[in-house]
Amino acid sequence: MPTGARLTHLQRLEAEAMQIMREAVSESDRPAMLYSIGKDSSVMLHLARKAFFPSIPPFPLVHVDTTWKFSQMYQFRDDTAREIGMDLIVHQNPECIEQGINPFDHGSAIHTDMWKTQGLKQAIDMNKFDLCFGGARRDEEKSRAKERIFSVRSPQHQWDPKRQRPELWNVYNGRRSPGETLRVFPISNWTELDVWQYVHLEQIPIVPLYLSAPRPVVERDGTWIMVDDDRFQLREGEVPETKSVRFRTLGCYPLSGAIESDATSLLDVVQEMLLATTSERQGRLIDTDSSASMEKKKQEGYF
Amino acid sequence: MAHSSELIADDIEAYLTSHQYKSLLRFITCGSVDDGKSTLIGRLLYESHLVFEDHLAALEADSAKVGTQGGDLDFALLLDGLSAEREQGITIDVAYRFFSTEKRKFIVADTPGHEQYTRNMVTGASTADVAVILIDARRGVLTQTRRHSYLVSLLGIRNVVVAINKMDLVDYSQDTFESIKAEYLEFADQIGLADADHIQFIPLSALKGDNVVESSGNTGWYDGPALMEFLETVEVDDDRVSAPLRMPVQWVNRPNLDFRGFSGQIVGGSVRPGDSVRILPAGTTSTVARIVTMDGDLDEAVTGQSVTITLTDEVDVSRGDIICAGDDPAEVADQFEAHVVWMHEDEMLPGRPYLMKIGARTVGLTIDDPKYRVDVNTLEQLAAGTLELNEIGVCNIALDRPIPFDPYPGLALGERNSGSPGNRETGGFVIIDKLTQNTVGAGLLHFALRRSHNIHWQDVRVDKDARSEMNSHRPGVVWMTGLSGSGKSTIANIVESKLHTMGVRTYLLDGDNVRHGLNRDLGFTDSDRVENIRRIAEVSGLMVDAGLVVLVSFISPFRAERQLARDRMADGEFIEVHVDTPLEIAEQRDPKGLYAKARSGDLSNFTGIDSPYEAPVSPDVHIETDSIEPEAAADMVIAALRARSIIT
Ligand SMILES: Nc1nc2c(ncn2[C@@H]2O[C@H](COP(=O)(O)OP(=O)(O)OP(=O)(O)O)[C@@H](O)[C@H]2O)c(=O)[nH]1
Ligand SMILES: [Mg+2]
Repeated sequence: MPTGARLTHLQRLEAEAMQIMREAVSESDRPAMLYSIGKDSSVMLHLARKAFFPSIPPFPLVHVDTTWKFSQMYQFRDDTAREIGMDLIVHQNPECIEQGINPFDHGSAIHTDMWKTQGLKQAIDMNKFDLCFGGARRDEEKSRAKERIFSVRSPQHQWDPKRQRPELWNVYNGRRSPGETLRVFPISNWTELDVWQYVHLEQIPIVPLYLSAPRPVVERDGTWIMVDDDRFQLREGEVPETKSVRFRTLGCYPLSGAIESDATSLLDVVQEMLLATTSERQGRLIDTDSSASMEKKKQEGYF
Repeated sequence: MAHSSELIADDIEAYLTSHQYKSLLRFITCGSVDDGKSTLIGRLLYESHLVFEDHLAALEADSAKVGTQGGDLDFALLLDGLSAEREQGITIDVAYRFFSTEKRKFIVADTPGHEQYTRNMVTGASTADVAVILIDARRGVLTQTRRHSYLVSLLGIRNVVVAINKMDLVDYSQDTFESIKAEYLEFADQIGLADADHIQFIPLSALKGDNVVESSGNTGWYDGPALMEFLETVEVDDDRVSAPLRMPVQWVNRPNLDFRGFSGQIVGGSVRPGDSVRILPAGTTSTVARIVTMDGDLDEAVTGQSVTITLTDEVDVSRGDIICAGDDPAEVADQFEAHVVWMHEDEMLPGRPYLMKIGARTVGLTIDDPKYRVDVNTLEQLAAGTLELNEIGVCNIALDRPIPFDPYPGLALGERNSGSPGNRETGGFVIIDKLTQNTVGAGLLHFALRRSHNIHWQDVRVDKDARSEMNSHRPGVVWMTGLSGSGKSTIANIVESKLHTMGVRTYLLDGDNVRHGLNRDLGFTDSDRVENIRRIAEVSGLMVDAGLVVLVSFISPFRAERQLARDRMADGEFIEVHVDTPLEIAEQRDPKGLYAKARSGDLSNFTGIDSPYEAPVSPDVHIETDSIEPEAAADMVIAALRARSIIT
């Protein structure tokens, strides 16, 4: 790069994320990266490898599992951790296992709260992590747009939007009072397009579910839900049909809406996304309750 | 989402390539409450067709429910995402929004106008290239307009749009526009904003869309650019690119014994292998060997990049050090003049130990009484003993060790920084409270104080006075005497933590602790008791020499030895505190079960039982613990320290 050259916006975002991660790791005693196997996690992990290269990122990956992810996600997760050589900690809320919490019988709200929100708190408390990286972006949702890059959580893991620390320049305050923990969001300033473009440019591996393929689905509440295994509770008269679908966001398979699509390559996906008229989180059934629902979830400790 | 739809549909690869090389512009909207900042950004997003259908549907529903526009679209609701904001119709915290046009990619921070939330405005402003300052055409330049303008100038934002908004409510009057412009320019001149690279006035209606994306027919008299055009084309120079090399080391990268690299982001200049560098504050010189990245070694790295550098020599480099251009290194100092912006409800306490985080380094910080505070309305310099929430002042500050720095390039700093281009990354800092760990303020370094440059320690005779000059207090001894179980330690502990938060360097000598170490060889015979006290008096004396306030918590039953301790100190340095608890009460409390043992004969020579306690005749402080709570007792001790001017 010639002297005086300007960085492109992706280069700026990349450098910013690396700076954030190095700062966070340096100010933490027990850092971890929350790894959800989605595209944002994949990008965040790739940035972590860059930030600490030639070292392996000095923290474990933590997957707060619900046992209801797509089977391809589990495969991808285990392969990724093995290839990079990072420790992978999988946490499944034991109460949920005991009570057999699932989205069919208990509904999405209880399922998400017990497996994900409570599970995350358990994983952090049990491992005594004082700082966790998360792949949330500010363009996802209005209350995320308000959150700092270094976000303090109370000993009860609560986010208090009224008491956020001032955050100036690239100077991050990583200090915590006893019991407090930090969530750090290195890709806060990335948009969905930035993420896809970066995946494309850097050839970052992603779960194949993001690309369209014939999959067995049923229609529910206006979207396609994939029948990923035989735990799926079909309603009366429902018969799975095969459709070419892909997913815009990945979560628990019974709660992830697919869209019909012919996008079989990454470029196709980006093209479809750019021409789309609805936002990404619409495919996520858990967020549709009310405009302020994400803020409420975050205050309760949701990531 | 309508980007350039045709290109996307026809040739996605070409589109992505064009997008990839777009530059990034970060801007903020700021100004007084209700001037229309959030509405403006909502409008920008809407007019750029960047609002998704589902968001638009939600906006329509929200506007009907909580909107301020009687059912019409209330664009501010696209931004005000917290429930408290929507309920009150105001912005409380910064919202970051992202959009791109054919020409550029934008990150915009919508900041709150309320004075109470100024710290959130500063958060947004600190990373902005451009500031859009809104003014309500009906109300003109208000205090908050001035405060935000001053902060924009102070933080060194060199490109400013003054958007005179709500022109629809003043019939798009050119006279109104011109008179506000004239008034603003006068103020801009006083705060250095007139030296900005660009300052553009635009008549606007955020609500109706005039001059937001397209030039409006309602303001035929205005021939300048619409807001979007300005944002798309304004040239933003990053001074840091041509500045000398600065790379704060964030992390020492040691994957194995053969590799030792220094990871950081370049915040000034550029670097190539073979360049000579100087590592500060140590001042060591070395040469760059490699610039390591996961994509392969680089021939050159420039401002903004995050890299890992290796050096040709085995020099000592740690986190917080700055790798500088060999021929143009940063300055190193430990005392400065600085602008301080206070950001916490608890006022700034001069003399209290805080932490400063600057770059990747955290050091101890104390702040002197402000030289003055700035009245943002009149720009008058007012006398001040402290800074309260949202106040801005100029103070001298002292660190517990020297740091490398460059002056902060704020426009409002004017003359102060002449001669150096400065660097905001190596001149801006945040202030952290040691107890709560919260960020309580921010500051901008102007220059190192002469006295800090000139200190050559060999030349100074280091004696007690010299040592205590480095503290914000004088040395002294608080000697607490009283029966076992009378409450000496409890009170001493409270006193110590109070002093500590006041920035006083303290040390607590407690009977039980000292007897485990220094006085391990001593028992409880009378002669051992005397020797015990002699040693404690000596140790206290040394600590007073070192400049500390020493708290001694010992039964010390004999008058003579307490007198001996008093004689060891200079006049006014010794405070005798009698922690007076009647024997019966101490015996009732018996926290360590010692009285019981003494009574049963398992313990001999126990003060008050079979060994005498000689109460002080006229102690400096007399605490009768059956009528005074420990907190209040501690305050009596603090008051005595004040009365002797040991602390202020
Ligand atoms: N008539 C008219 N009203 C406007 C215009 N711009 C904003 N408003 C109205 O002014 C009120 C305040 O607008 P906001 O966008 O919330 O103001 P703000 O500057 O973001 O306020 P804070 O963030 O709370 O400081 C709302 O009722 C807007 O609809 C304008 O150009 N013309
Ligand atoms: Mg607002």
